[in-house]
Amino acid sequence: MYRLDSADIARRVAQDIPDGSYVNLGIGMPTKVANFVSGDKQVIYHSENGILGVGPAAAPGEENINLINAGKQYVTLLAGGCYFDNAESFAMMRGGHLDIAVLGAFQVAENGDLANWATNEDKFPPAVGGAMDLAIGAKKLFVIMRHTTAANMPKLLRRCTYPLTGQAVVSRVFTDLAVLDVTPAGFRVVELFGSNTLEEVQAVTEARLLPAAEA
Amino acid sequence: MIDKRLGSLREAVADIPDGASVMIGGFGNSGIPLRLIEALRQQGTRDMTIISNNAGVAEEGIASLLRDGLVKKIVCSFPRSAGSVWFEKRFEAGEVELELVPQGTLSERIRIAGAGIGGFFTPTAYGTALAEGKETRVIDGRGYVLEKPLPADFALLKAQLADPWGNLIYDTAGRNFNPMMAMAARVSIAEVHEIRELGELDPERVVTPGIYVNRVVAQEAQHVPA
Repeated sequence: MYRLDSADIARRVAQDIPDGSYVNLGIGMPTKVANFVSGDKQVIYHSENGILGVGPAAAPGEENINLINAGKQYVTLLAGGCYFDNAESFAMMRGGHLDIAVLGAFQVAENGDLANWATNEDKFPPAVGGAMDLAIGAKKLFVIMRHTTAANMPKLLRRCTYPLTGQAVVSRVFTDLAVLDVTPAGFRVVELFGSNTLEEVQAVTEARLLPAAEA
Repeated sequence: MIDKRLGSLREAVADIPDGASVMIGGFGNSGIPLRLIEALRQQGTRDMTIISNNAGVAEEGIASLLRDGLVKKIVCSFPRSAGSVWFEKRFEAGEVELELVPQGTLSERIRIAGAGIGGFFTPTAYGTALAEGKETRVIDGRGYVLEKPLPADFALLKAQLADPWGNLIYDTAGRNFNPMMAMAARVSIAEVHEIRELGELDPERVVTPGIYVNRVVAQEAQHVPA
């Protein structure tokens, strides 16, 4: 089976972020998407702590302890960027003002349910942070994740078995094998990477996959 | 004469009693009043309920309160970051209670506590484990969860600049939870980088009006020894 590495999945997500979008990138793999958004697009990044117009990482020696992103990394502010308090930052999310959020996931169900904050095996209570607010708030929710778990178990399911982050919230899923849209009829293939066939990808997916719509 | 300036960090936290609920501003180490927290730790106030976005990392800030066994309960959205060893130890031993709140629900519950609102319906967490036991309602076809105000006895804040009336100006993203906590606590105490004279703060830049702030203390004032 043809598998993209995580950088190439992030590169593929970046292709689907339109010029002029307001975007929130989750902690971890989603943060990498910014590295691949083409320079001819202007994308304004939101950070949940209270920033619009997040710029690149701060250069060594230029770090400001107060100027960090959601992952607590030192960042910079682009010309045109601004700051606001946390309640306003989440009003922005809940109020549907962000065009796209990109999150990682443990599981996505064919009805668009997302599970990305807790498993059934947690030893400690998990942290939820802003994940539930982002899930229900952004106009489009992209999920970036491996198609299967490390133990080769499916992550695209009929119904999530882990605690939900949000109900019917996912728009599009980008995995190492394929891109899939959540539709009222279930997962529909948008793109199969490399030589992957629908049958091969279906074999590692619990939910039923619908073939790509006729162009 | 209104003058909210205090000469020492110790004096600023002296009346916080055992069992108090204490909000602590900050997101990670951005905009967090580390010196006020250290003064509170040295004072040894016990059985506190701490309301903050995180539960501290390593040996500093909120982690030091957990380490010293001063915290009974923590209300936060993201208790576990890399290095949150003291939260994990205390939680595992059953020594600290956790109320996990989605981040936007946390800041809005704090905001409404200061704004005189009795509750709000949010779509966040609808249909999830964090809505269990809460009243829900479907409004115009969408599910919402009723969330109630979250006030506190004290708030410890961090700002860049203050004046004697308690007006606060923040540095970059350091404001995060501070403005809402200033409103929501009975007594709000700000640790600031610098205190200026009345009239020296640009009123257009003031983010937290002094009406919400009871005490300001310069961060270098009578440094609490580590």
